[in-house]
Amino acid sequence: MSKGEIVMGALAPHPPHLVYAENPPQNEPVSEGGWEELRWGYERLRKSLARKEFDVIIVHTPHWQTYVGTHFLGVPQFKSLSVDPIFPNLFRYSYDLSVDVELSRSIHDAAAKAGLHVMMMENPDFRIDYGTITSCHLVRPEWDLPIVCISSNRSRNYFSVEVMQANMLKLGKATRKAVEASGKRALLLSSNSLSHRHFTEEPEVPEDMSQEHITNHNQYLWDMKMIELMRAGKTRELVDIMPDFTEQTVAETDAGSLTWLMAALDFPTYGGEVHAYGTVIGTGNAIIGWDPASA
Amino acid sequence: MNATAAGRVAQGEAAADEPAAANAVPLGILVPGLPHPLLCPEGNPGWQRVRDGFGAARERIAASGADLLVIYSTMWPSILGHQLQANPEPEWTHVDEDFHYLGSIPYKFRIDARFAELAVAKAQVRGLRARTCAYHGFPIDTGSVVALKLLNPDNELPAVIVSSNIYANRTETVVLGKALRDAVEEQGRKAVAVVVSTLSNRLVTEPMEPADDHIHSLKDDEWNRKFLEYLEKGRLEDLSQLSRQFHDEARVPKVVAFKPFWWWAAFMGQANLYAGTVHAYEPVWGTGSAVVSLEPAGESTGDLEYDEDDPEFYAGDREVLDLRDAPSMGALPEGDGD
Repeated sequence: MSKGEIVMGALAPHPPHLVYAENPPQNEPVSEGGWEELRWGYERLRKSLARKEFDVIIVHTPHWQTYVGTHFLGVPQFKSLSVDPIFPNLFRYSYDLSVDVELSRSIHDAAAKAGLHVMMMENPDFRIDYGTITSCHLVRPEWDLPIVCISSNRSRNYFSVEVMQANMLKLGKATRKAVEASGKRALLLSSNSLSHRHFTEEPEVPEDMSQEHITNHNQYLWDMKMIELMRAGKTRELVDIMPDFTEQTVAETDAGSLTWLMAALDFPTYGGEVHAYGTVIGTGNAIIGWDPASA
Repeated sequence: MNATAAGRVAQGEAAADEPAAANAVPLGILVPGLPHPLLCPEGNPGWQRVRDGFGAARERIAASGADLLVIYSTMWPSILGHQLQANPEPEWTHVDEDFHYLGSIPYKFRIDARFAELAVAKAQVRGLRARTCAYHGFPIDTGSVVALKLLNPDNELPAVIVSSNIYANRTETVVLGKALRDAVEEQGRKAVAVVVSTLSNRLVTEPMEPADDHIHSLKDDEWNRKFLEYLEKGRLEDLSQLSRQFHDEARVPKVVAFKPFWWWAAFMGQANLYAGTVHAYEPVWGTGSAVVSLEPAGESTGDLEYDEDDPEFYAGDREVLDLRDAPSMGALPEGDGD
């Protein structure tokens, strides 16, 4: 068996607004569009992936929140309806997806060996979180590949961003190790926004783009700082300042997804390709791809 | 006696000529939201005692003459203001994110959609952002599911579920409680105030044998017991006033503040005029999980003076550093305040 590899890693945020704006047949609400900058960014990410061959998508999601360890999907098929608890008016999505349980378990086992508390999720009635569905849909709307879905352990809430990051560094390395041992080609997704302070009210027409902007300038400056580091390939520095960024901008990096991705990619020194930056209900979102072949 | 009147009683002003607060909200119930007492009470004697506590609370509900359950769940976060469940018959099979291995929870509930619509209107009148949710498949949170399954298993009473806004602080939450009460009074209903919240919320974050369950720390346990002591004395408004300190001392800070007692006191009447019963207090996976009932009583435990404001209306976030938004501060000197 040949050695498996990570063919690309991507920051792939999950605002359900983007799926709503695309009007796919799986989503019940109908929109007039909106957030084109980000949607076109996802289009560019998809084009860059079209040059790659991969067997599985591994996603680390902030919206499957677990407190007792890190959990992994362990059922081969899921088919149900996902309704966003915050924006149910925008996202009511019928999904039908498959899971690479073998790889999921391999990452689980590697993480356990690294000293993390882990668990396989084997209840067939479990509902997949909307973050996973949104990121996967926007990256691969065909849903023709199996996924591995990893929960966000909320150690940041219980301890600190630093403790969370220490765990995510282990999880990222374990993910890389398991992928390489599997012989499979994997796309990794960090399903999170950057700055994450929302507006607390929604325009009457949610896709009214005259109402969309970053919540405050502080968030914008921090987002740009982080993106510049990603573009420059300074990913260790990125992880080093993640605690400050997370605290200062209520960032969704508190979930650990981006730290996990950087560790899994072994801290790229090559620049990430920025496909888009835009805001969704005040939060900062970047779509960025890291292609190891460009190293 | 309305909420404002009850607030005056709490501050030592007489309101003896007003009808008792008991009419609108004859009972308050505090319950924890983790699924263990529902799905595996046999796993630990403490979980069984919590389950029995739910049973005792259910008897109190039956005896109260109430015709509505109003549930405020700390396990249903919202961002766009306050959301109220308004699907008349939500039906699903729920699985908890963390404790999925304990099993699935099929449910079908009876929701009072008309009350939810009225409550939203009342909230808006008081300056709050609020809306109803009536979508098939909406993910009702574990805590609300557990509370309704154990307190109202046959849907004897219609219910409404209210979200907990992650950004809301005290003013917004107190006003929300008053708005819900406005709706109860306008409809002439008798409502049970059900709060879904643990006391200390720190879970054991490692795999654990059920028999080894314990309150996460002695400090959490001591704060929980202090709160329970106050609850037994019916000192609800006092606990509301202590919420900020409890948040600092015994809560993992997932949100900006410990809100349920603000909502509970505002909804029931901002007073210490209650008789409290602690039906159970046990660890559930490390958290301080108590089942408590409060019923209006004739005597107030204490007439205290509080530091916290008693807001009637929510005017939005205020930028305290921008003095131009505070006319009472007077005009700023030229070049100041930047």
